[in-house]
Amino acid sequence: MENNIQPTDIYALAFHHRFQWEEAQNSYVILFPEGMVKLHGGAGEVIKRLDGKATVADVVADLKATFPDAQEIEKDIIGMFELAVSKAWLRKVN
Amino acid sequence: MTQASLGDSVVQKEVHAQQQNNGVAANITHTQPLWLLAEVTYRCPLHCAFCYNPTDYDKHTQNELSTEQWIQALRDARKMGAIQLGISGGEPLLRDDIEDIVIEAKKLGYYSNLITSGVGLTEKRIQAFKEGGLDHIQLSMHDITEEINNFITNTRTFELKKKVAAMIKNHGYPMVLNVVIHRYNIGHIKEILEMAEALGADYVELANTQYYGWSLVNRSQLMPLKEQIDEAERITNEFRQKVGNKMKIFFVVPDYFGNRPKKCMNGWGEVFMIVTANGDVLPCHSARVLPGIEFPNVREKGLEWAWKDSPAFNKYRGDDWMKEPCRSCPEKENDLGGCRCQAFLLSGDAESADPVCSLSPNHHLIEQAIEESKNPQIQAQPIIFRTDKNSKKYASGESNERVEAFHALP
Ligand code: SF4
Ligand code: SF4
Repeated sequence: MENNIQPTDIYALAFHHRFQWEEAQNSYVILFPEGMVKLHGGAGEVIKRLDGKATVADVVADLKATFPDAQEIEKDIIGMFELAVSKAWLRKVN
Repeated sequence: MTQASLGDSVVQKEVHAQQQNNGVAANITHTQPLWLLAEVTYRCPLHCAFCYNPTDYDKHTQNELSTEQWIQALRDARKMGAIQLGISGGEPLLRDDIEDIVIEAKKLGYYSNLITSGVGLTEKRIQAFKEGGLDHIQLSMHDITEEINNFITNTRTFELKKKVAAMIKNHGYPMVLNVVIHRYNIGHIKEILEMAEALGADYVELANTQYYGWSLVNRSQLMPLKEQIDEAERITNEFRQKVGNKMKIFFVVPDYFGNRPKKCMNGWGEVFMIVTANGDVLPCHSARVLPGIEFPNVREKGLEWAWKDSPAFNKYRGDDWMKEPCRSCPEKENDLGGCRCQAFLLSGDAESADPVCSLSPNHHLIEQAIEESKNPQIQAQPIIFRTDKNSKKYASGESNERVEAFHALP
């Protein structure tokens, strides 16, 4: 499956999925029927920003502003979107 | 309930998927009881031939934990990192406090899952579950034909199940269907998947029968042929291609026909913790068949002690307990020697390799069981259904029908 992530795309968490901070894991997780994914810091930061309105470009801009020292952050963010879409953790809103 | 209801196979798939990705997501930690399975009652209006509940479950129907005790267990497990909660049984809906348990689960931040046969699910209750914050409902289905459904469950529940499926969908729940596969329905996989699609299922688990509890007693009556399983898997793959991501289908391969055992429960005391109706705390459903182990009970020292310190939970953690051929096996990390209960039930040695493994010195026991299941005379023996009456007979020792060959009461 080709996931072409465009800057103008808007994504949200897939239906029946829940995203939350887990103290015991010291990380963000995505929960869904019979499964759980533990997210590394960066991935959690991306998903946290998906409110059903923010575009991919918005997320990139916001993260760049929050982490000005991070190198090649854009590539990582797009990679994260690609992974999340291919795993059906996200759904495309627009 | 069925063993696969718990979704261990699904967890394993997710774990593997994560290992393969580019490091964006990490592995699931293996030191916390991430999954808490609450087997809140062993009472059940159905009498499934493949039920994995212990054959002597009747012993544990009089001393169920109270609502307060369940709520305390939920709190304690959550503190230890539990996050997925399965509410199972028996039929959990036979208790009238599932609503309270659901509300507490939501408050604590669990992702909660009700595992039900559908019997007892009413509009009023499902509404209360929705308001209380239950995350999803997993419904067991048996076949597309009324005849097989009613036969294998020994009840008339076919129409009810379809009604309940619609109710689940109407309330905006993801529809998770669990179908246990055996000789009587394996020829209908395509039709079963079509039914699931028509009902709007989001997830379908085709769980080939694993032989524990009542399904072990009925092994020769339930086991399909290897060719039938291969064909079922082929049809499933074809169907998957057709529906794509819309409906996720998990095909849980039966271990009897593989050369290697499953990594049972993803490792003893690694991620799963089960609290049974009477408060026993177990690392796996059938652990009580094992000899010489005293399992902790929530009424005594509590869950944290049970998980971290009890001799029972530490007994088969890691691989120090292993014997040859497992001990020096290059593959031991893949399966941790398989299932301890299966090893003991079939061979009488809990520390030996799971007989399912082709390297096990007891592998002939599996081959023999497969042969027996093809023997028309043995096949013709009637199914022993999971009923209170049959359970009482096993529990009291009045009957040992079809269990003599095993080293413990399944
Ligand atoms: S009898 Fe059937 S519905 Fe009841 S607990 Fe066993 S498998 Fe589940
Ligand atoms: S010998 Fe033991 S460790 Fe090796 S594959 Fe078989 S069961 Fe697993």
